[in-house]
Amino acid sequence: MKTRYLVTPQLSQALAFALLWLAAALVILPVFAIIIYMFIQGFSALTVDMFRLSGGSLLPAIVGTLCLVVLTALIAAPFGVAAAIYLSEYAGQSSLVRLIRLAIVNLAGVPSVVHGLFGLALFVQLFNFGRCLLAGACTLALLVLPLVISTSEEALRQVPHSLRQASWSLGATRWQTIRRVVLPNAFPGIITALILSIGRAAGETAPILFTAAFYSLTDPFPRSLFDEILVLPYQLFVMATEAPDVTTEQKWATAFVLVVLVLAVNLGAIIFRTRLRAAHRR
Amino acid sequence: MALSETVAQQQLIVVPQVPIAMETRHLSTYYDDFQALKDVSVAIPARQVTALIGPSGCGKSSFLRCLNRMNDTIDSARVEGDVTLGGISIYERATDVVSLRRRVGMVFQNPNPFPMSIYDNIAYGPRLHASYDRGTLDQIVERSLQQAALWDEVKDKLRQSALGLSGGQQQRLCIARVLAVEPEVLLMDEPCSALDPTATFKIEELLLSLMESYTIVIVTHNMYQASRVSQYTGFFLLGELIEYADTEQIFENPKHRSTDDYVRGRFG
Repeated sequence: MKTRYLVTPQLSQALAFALLWLAAALVILPVFAIIIYMFIQGFSALTVDMFRLSGGSLLPAIVGTLCLVVLTALIAAPFGVAAAIYLSEYAGQSSLVRLIRLAIVNLAGVPSVVHGLFGLALFVQLFNFGRCLLAGACTLALLVLPLVISTSEEALRQVPHSLRQASWSLGATRWQTIRRVVLPNAFPGIITALILSIGRAAGETAPILFTAAFYSLTDPFPRSLFDEILVLPYQLFVMATEAPDVTTEQKWATAFVLVVLVLAVNLGAIIFRTRLRAAHRR
Repeated sequence: MALSETVAQQQLIVVPQVPIAMETRHLSTYYDDFQALKDVSVAIPARQVTALIGPSGCGKSSFLRCLNRMNDTIDSARVEGDVTLGGISIYERATDVVSLRRRVGMVFQNPNPFPMSIYDNIAYGPRLHASYDRGTLDQIVERSLQQAALWDEVKDKLRQSALGLSGGQQQRLCIARVLAVEPEVLLMDEPCSALDPTATFKIEELLLSLMESYTIVIVTHNMYQASRVSQYTGFFLLGELIEYADTEQIFENPKHRSTDDYVRGRFG
């Protein structure tokens, strides 16, 4: 004698699919909500004056942000990629390697405000950089390092092992194999890792709070690595909390520019990766 | 070259009465605690094709990887015993693994061309070891592709990606790539198992022509292939070399029951 299921397999399949779909959709929803709301509120508040060299202009903060994130990537790239190569290509399973991996995971978990205070103590005070572009970029580089390492390592691991074997079997050393086979194949992924880290760095406030950012400057554009800078996220933070004479429109407009900047960087990363991959296939 | 006593002592192993290219003595391989190869002593004749047959997991691929020390690249692998190339041990502390692999080339089960042009694939090996002028490199590329019977098919598209070639062409490209570094010994790990019969036939023809200048050791699942291309055959079972003799004897008149069972398709 057989008992019929109360819920048929077909029904449970439909239910499971619906629930999973809902969970996935819930991820998309807030992202689009934020972006759309930001566009509605911010786009209308934008004025041409905000991109001119005049009082209340956002241009210095945009330039400052770009300088900061590019310098961050330049500092984080060599250390991050080198560490990723070591972990992926040379390191085995020793306790030292486990310690390194533990450190990376923990570094990623450190709150960004702690990074800011650490940057203040190390770069601003001990190294005597002062509050400046360089100190801010160094601090942000520490913040994005775990991201750069883990995504670069992922890119390196995606290079098929059979290619390494082929190279070794032809008498290549490990380093020759890395330079001639592994790195060229992992390059799109590594570049994507770096651009994504730029996007991450562009949105951070706490790490630059004590190390680089000012709200208003007599000379709004940085001339050297040791100049103070105006940065969008900090600008927004001060506008929203302290500055008395800022209109709501200005706040929205600043937020809008910041979000567009970060989205543009991330979109750029995706396009760049797709192009490089396509070029590689040919 | 004189044959080592250790090989002669093993009564089971028929020793080829020809010059020897490589020889193993009491060779064992472990992956962590698992022993994949058990005390294998064998002499590989020079400029002949030696086929290694046996069911999956019998240790024949592990054996092959000992001959060019590719096992070094596997963390859990450990090798005991000795292997000699031209009478000199390749497991000495002083052995330069990089130049060893140049002398003992390898072709893998699945074609693994680099994602670069056909030309750059062939030139990869030579470029590792020296900087050649353009003309010399062109010659090496052409000669290697001709040796691998691929030149006529690709001579007009040397700059195109090697990934655009068919599976059989890719495998011949991989053979040409090895030949470009002019090895003495060619190890092939089931080079035809991912190919269709036509491509397989081409590779087998190729082996017979390469035999004149190279010592070839081929691992194969296909007993007909072993009987077609090889002069000597070794039968592995559960990590042991059960029988090693000239191919005709292995297939017509094997001394061991398990060899007989295997070559007649009764198991494996």
